[in-house]
Amino acid sequence: MRKQKLVVVGNGMAGIRAVEELLKLAPDLYDITVFGAEPHGNYNRILLSPVLAGEMTIQDIILNPLQWYADNDIGLYTGKTVTKIDRTARKVIADDGTEEEYDRLLLATGSTPFILPIPGNDLPGVISYRDIKDTNEMIATAATHKHAVVIGGGLLGLEAANGLRLRGMDVTVVHLMPWLMERQLDKTAADMLKTSLEARGLKFLLEKQTEALIQGESGRVAALRFKPAPGEDPGNGLEIPADLVVMAAGIRPNTALAESAKIYCNRGIVVNDTMQTYDPRIYAVGECVAHRGIAYGLVAPLFEQAKVCANHLANFGIARYTGSVLSTKLKVTGIDLFSAGNFMGGEGTDEIVLNDPSGGVYKKLVVKNDTLVGAVLYGDTADGAWYFQLVKDGQNIHEIRDHLMFGQNHVGDVGHAGKTLAATMADDAQVCGCNGVCKGDIVKAIKSQGLFTLDDVRKHTKASSSCGSCTGLVEQILASTVGGAYTPADTRDKPMCGCTDHAHGVVRQTIRERHLITIPDAMSYMEWKTPNGCPSCRPALNYYLISTWPGEAKDDPQSRFINERAHANIQKDGTYSVIPRMWGGLTTPAELRTIADVAEKYEVPTVKMTGGARIDLLGIKKEDLPKVWADLGAAGMVSGHAYGKSIRTVKTCVGAEHCRFGTQRSMAMGVKLERMLFGMWSPHKVKLAVSGCPRNCAEAGIKDIGVIGVDAGYELYVAGNGGIKTEVAQFLCKVKSDEEVMEYSGAFLQLYREEGFYLERTCHYVARVGLDHVKAAVVDDPLRRKDLLERLLFALQDYADPWQAAVAQPALRREYQVIEIKEAEVVS
Amino acid sequence: MSGWIKVCALAEIAPQGSRVVASSQGHIAIFRTAGDGIFGLHDKCPHKGGPLSQGIVHGDTVTCPLHGFKIGLKDGEAVAPDKGCARRFEVKLDGGAVWLQLDA
Repeated sequence: MRKQKLVVVGNGMAGIRAVEELLKLAPDLYDITVFGAEPHGNYNRILLSPVLAGEMTIQDIILNPLQWYADNDIGLYTGKTVTKIDRTARKVIADDGTEEEYDRLLLATGSTPFILPIPGNDLPGVISYRDIKDTNEMIATAATHKHAVVIGGGLLGLEAANGLRLRGMDVTVVHLMPWLMERQLDKTAADMLKTSLEARGLKFLLEKQTEALIQGESGRVAALRFKPAPGEDPGNGLEIPADLVVMAAGIRPNTALAESAKIYCNRGIVVNDTMQTYDPRIYAVGECVAHRGIAYGLVAPLFEQAKVCANHLANFGIARYTGSVLSTKLKVTGIDLFSAGNFMGGEGTDEIVLNDPSGGVYKKLVVKNDTLVGAVLYGDTADGAWYFQLVKDGQNIHEIRDHLMFGQNHVGDVGHAGKTLAATMADDAQVCGCNGVCKGDIVKAIKSQGLFTLDDVRKHTKASSSCGSCTGLVEQILASTVGGAYTPADTRDKPMCGCTDHAHGVVRQTIRERHLITIPDAMSYMEWKTPNGCPSCRPALNYYLISTWPGEAKDDPQSRFINERAHANIQKDGTYSVIPRMWGGLTTPAELRTIADVAEKYEVPTVKMTGGARIDLLGIKKEDLPKVWADLGAAGMVSGHAYGKSIRTVKTCVGAEHCRFGTQRSMAMGVKLERMLFGMWSPHKVKLAVSGCPRNCAEAGIKDIGVIGVDAGYELYVAGNGGIKTEVAQFLCKVKSDEEVMEYSGAFLQLYREEGFYLERTCHYVARVGLDHVKAAVVDDPLRRKDLLERLLFALQDYADPWQAAVAQPALRREYQVIEIKEAEVVS
Repeated sequence: MSGWIKVCALAEIAPQGSRVVASSQGHIAIFRTAGDGIFGLHDKCPHKGGPLSQGIVHGDTVTCPLHGFKIGLKDGEAVAPDKGCARRFEVKLDGGAVWLQLDA
């Protein structure tokens, strides 16, 4: 069968992104031909500003070198402008007569700068700021001329002005409106920005309208004249010197080609939610498009459009583009500024404002009906990504309204010396403490590899890929490096991994509703894109299956991380650590004697107390594990599950058994809880603590469930965390008896087991669903609570110690055996 | 070039699992994919020496348990953007048994 022909008009970021997305979905469906008016491969137009500022070179910003087109069998015409579409014959014709036929046509013609209709707008030295050619001309002029005027105080104009200033020119920004970047900033933030740019040597003339550009003796532009203000004499307007005039007064969708072909345009090529134009064979993406009446000029929405368009070009037919919420970052090194959504407020909105002019920090949050609808941040944009996410999700912020202004503290507490502001960090400052990645490494990778997403940065640099505590910092660095191209990762509907388009929530729900009980069934029903998943989705699926269908779904050891498969923790040298359970942190002389004997017998190099009040035997060879377990098991000890996404420990204080302050028997309570929960698998690890009095020696305030004894019973706290980021547990309720502690704790954990996403700790789960949701199920509704507990106990019944199972069953023991071969007995 | 050495029965390696062979050339990881493909690699991740045999097998790739490097089973090459290569060993399936060939 003949391959279909796809012709792409426009070799820019939107068009080529669509092609890249298409190649991922259906690499062999089309013969692809690309027309580009510029003589380059696709480059990152957003990074022209750093090039102008002298921070990068053109080479750095090329996204698709010519070799990429060759490698993917894409025909490329550079330096050719398509001037005609013959829709009847289904072909396009370029200015030099080149013709290409198409079955599908993709228009990605971008935008054209708006040139003010004033005398002198065609003089030499008057340019727009759009492409490599403009940038090079600005760089060349800066070396030979002195006075530059930028018309337009928007994002692009300010970046141009900053770059020209850095190249030594005397720069004046002329702006029609009363404040800079009025489409992205309110007046307060804009004034702070202006002050800061003035300190860098830029001059501003606001509320000025240009009347004419005046030619000098050399033939090129020499001056700029303003319209006189009302009341002044006509013809008496102010004149300022200008050897270079940059028009940055906005862009217009480039619809000339589409209009000439009679494709319906209305302030852009009009497309539907599948990015299709009024001609079904013709699609359009990018700045040339009007979608639901909006033409987008920032690159993040264009990438979303490209993805949707590719889905339809690939005949998948399921994606829809429904518009984008915009966010803006100014790419001027050292200035931190962020805005998103409706930041101007208006009727029915409240503004939460923090304004510290001397400290150089201004934050405004616009709230409407308990949702965040917009934000402007100046000077401290650490929480920009979080606010943007809240705006996009339309999440109810009622519960967090009182501390919304203070941010998510998304940036972790540890691993990067308490730094939270990426812009102020030096290039050699460490961002990712786990993998030793510095800010400079990340910036370099983003620029040289053309990275746009957090996932890209994780893959290429490893930053933020381990514990994730530096994610906020990495997001800031990404945002300030790629500017408008940055979209924070979608936490809500984000696909589980590259193997599927479904998010965790949908997968959980489908497994329940369709009664799926095996991984292959789940993958085939939900149309997994890979034959057997990946290390990220398989453990998640395995957990969802066994937690949703206990007793029916069979555990798949091959879909568990090695620690859970081998029931011990792998160490950096490939040996394992063994931690026997000590119920409630209690042990006996006989147990200690056995542990000592095991340590000697197997020459255990390190014996250590864990934070969970038990003993860790480190450095055991995998082959020895079953033998170690057999010896420990003979003394009655079982697996401590220190390796699992499961119940870990129940830490206790001495309590009323011995302590003179104790009000409740915390040790006994802890032992009962731990015995009840033995063998409980969960989305992530679960740690409990029981303290016998409010002095709280068991540190129950940072546990998934914290139980604190008081004279009249117990207080229950949930969703604490003492790890990457310290989270204080939240008060759930007060109960009277040990039985109630078990019932409420069990019910809470079962709710988490049923609703939590894989690798989501209780603190993240509760932050997502809200404490009220938890209280409604666990505290307010006794029937539901009892049901939850019953389901937990059902799932945990008959759970046997996995260590003794491995000791007893030869098939399971195989996992631990190394195969010895006899190399002498070679069959030749 | 030496000949083939019998390692074990195919059934003794779990699908999407692996076994470790102790040889004069160090530990060798023998992998079995979901489709019963058999592959042999030096049991040492090119990144920081992690035991690849302990990783999760998916498609014809294994992910190192220590830091998540993905290594192609067919050629031992790290999946881009990671770089590095684990040494390959010739293995084959014959008569329901897994065979290994050691270089001389």
